[in-house]
Parts: sequence; C-alpha cells; structure tokens
Amino acid sequence: MSLRPETFKSLIKLAAERVIASAPELTSLDQAIGDGDHGFNMKRGFEAVLGKLDAISEQPFDEALKTIGKTLVMTVGGASGPLYGSFFLAAGEALSHDKHLPEDIADVFGSGVNAVSARGRSQAGEKTMLDVLVPVLETLKNAAGQPDLIARVSTTAAEAVERTAPMRATKGRASFLGPRSVGHIDPGARSSCVLVQAVCASLEGKQ
Amino acid sequence: MTDAVGIVIVSHSKDIAKGTADMVRQMVGSEVKVAFCGGNPDGGLGTSVSLIVDAINDAWSAKGVAILVDLGGAETNSEMAVEMLEPARRDLVVVCNAPIVEGAVMAATEAAGGSSLAQVKAVAEELSAD
Repeated sequence: MSLRPETFKSLIKLAAERVIASAPELTSLDQAIGDGDHGFNMKRGFEAVLGKLDAISEQPFDEALKTIGKTLVMTVGGASGPLYGSFFLAAGEALSHDKHLPEDIADVFGSGVNAVSARGRSQAGEKTMLDVLVPVLETLKNAAGQPDLIARVSTTAAEAVERTAPMRATKGRASFLGPRSVGHIDPGARSSCVLVQAVCASLEGKQ
Repeated sequence: MTDAVGIVIVSHSKDIAKGTADMVRQMVGSEVKVAFCGGNPDGGLGTSVSLIVDAINDAWSAKGVAILVDLGGAETNSEMAVEMLEPARRDLVVVCNAPIVEGAVMAATEAAGGSSLAQVKAVAEELSAD
C-alpha cells in the first residue's frame, strides 16, 4: 500500500478549502476567548498553500510537507503560523528520515505533535490545539492497521474538540481570561479538528 | 558607532513598534542600532516572520541582537524567525521576557554602554521580576 500523489494533492486541497470555509467560525470562537484573528490568519495561510498546490503536489511527500509548513510560517501572521508550521516542518523532516506513508503515519504525526508542544511550551490539557492532536495521535497508535482507523480518527477529533470547552486555558491569549475561558471551545483545537477531519474525509472519498 | 548589541522591537501594531523605537532613539541616542516591525503579512494587526528576520538583519551587530515583543504571537513568530537565520547568527539573538516599551529602553541603555548580549537581556528582564 502506498499513498499516491494525486490522493495527496486532493487531501491537501480539501483540507485547505475546509479551513478557509471555517474561517468565520474560527474567528467567532477566537473573539470569545482570544484576539479574534485565528480565522483570518488560518485563511490567509491556507490560501497561500492553495496557491502553491500544483508545485507542492509535484514534490516528494517530505518536501511537500516542509513547503506547506514554511508557507504557513511565512503567511499566517499569528502564533498559529509557527505552531502549524512547525507541525508540518517536523512531519516532513520525519518523512525525510526513513519514514513512509501511510504505514508510519503515527510516527510522522507524532513528530509534528512534539514540535507543536515544544514550540508552544505546552502539553495536552491546557486548552490548545494539542487537546485535539494528542488524542488523534493516540488513536493513530492504538487503532493502527484497523479497517475503521480513518473513521475512528475522525470521531476522536470531533470528541476531543468538545472536551476543550470545560478546560481552563493556561497557555496562549485565552490564559489571560483565566476562569472566564471555561465554557468556550478552543479555536486552535477547532482548526486542528477541521484539518484532521478533512484529511479523513478525503481519504474516505467523502468530499 | 561603537559595537553595541542591536535592539529589535516586534509589536502586533506597526505604530506601537515605531513609537517604541522613537522613544529608544530619543532616550538612548544613535549608538545602538534599533530596528522595528509590526503587522501581519497583509499589513493588519499581527506579526510576520519575514519582517522579523529583516529587522534582525537590519539591527545586526557582532555582539548580537535582543528582541522585545508585545503579545504571544510576536514571541512565537520571533522564535521562529531566529531559527530561520543563518546558523552563525542564531545563537547571537535572544527574545527578552520583558515589557516592550520599558524593556526596549532599558535594553538599549545597557547596550549603549557596551554590555554583552546576556547583560542586556538580564537588565531588560529585571523589569519582569517579582
């Protein structure tokens, strides 16, 4: 089994389109507990990725992920740029070192998650994107090789987003709100869920 | 110009970054190189890694560069910018954990006296000590 270049291209395209379409929702979540720019920033970053889609899809997977990461770093303009950028840069770097898709997806995804954690000096449980990425990584490990892996990853992401609502933020802008951050879904967790679910939908042929 | 640590000011707002740089220049003079940037890649409120890289290179000194930031994204983007510098420069740039205006003035004052990068950072960060 191998991941085909055309499959890769269509999943990047769908992921970018879904993030762009979710910009108003991300913005309204961020206006509640952040500074309200997450939707605009993610939209700008993924529009830049879409603009390079043809070039990206002609690159080997490792270089393609690094190009996506660098594009996000350079265009997003908020903290999410370096955070998502580091995810893709580290995932690409893992692929450059004898990892292959799809069989090493948990290792590759895990490299990305570790990079986000290091960049944000944050762990799961602090009401951030890691509260989606870490449970997704656990599912990728625990359900590896299962026929329903993709559906389980998608469900994990959706449930993980909801669990950020009762959390109290201790990292990022939302931490300034302290207890007032409780009751709101984290915008970064939501954008991570949008990305993960878009990749799942593309791989399952549901567009 | 004596060789002094350079100062970079990174705010979400270009107006704040420029105003801070103006204050530093007036209070400290021109012995210290000061560069600033603010705004996202579209020019709205935010920060831009490529503008930060340019500012670091503009303020470059053999003694290094101290960066002062305002809020979260400015810090994360500044750290990313440092990693994107050529390897020989990376270890000579620090992001200070200090209030942006007071930190920039204190850091530049210390830098003007010819202090090391570590001393400049320490003086700026005294402002954040409890």
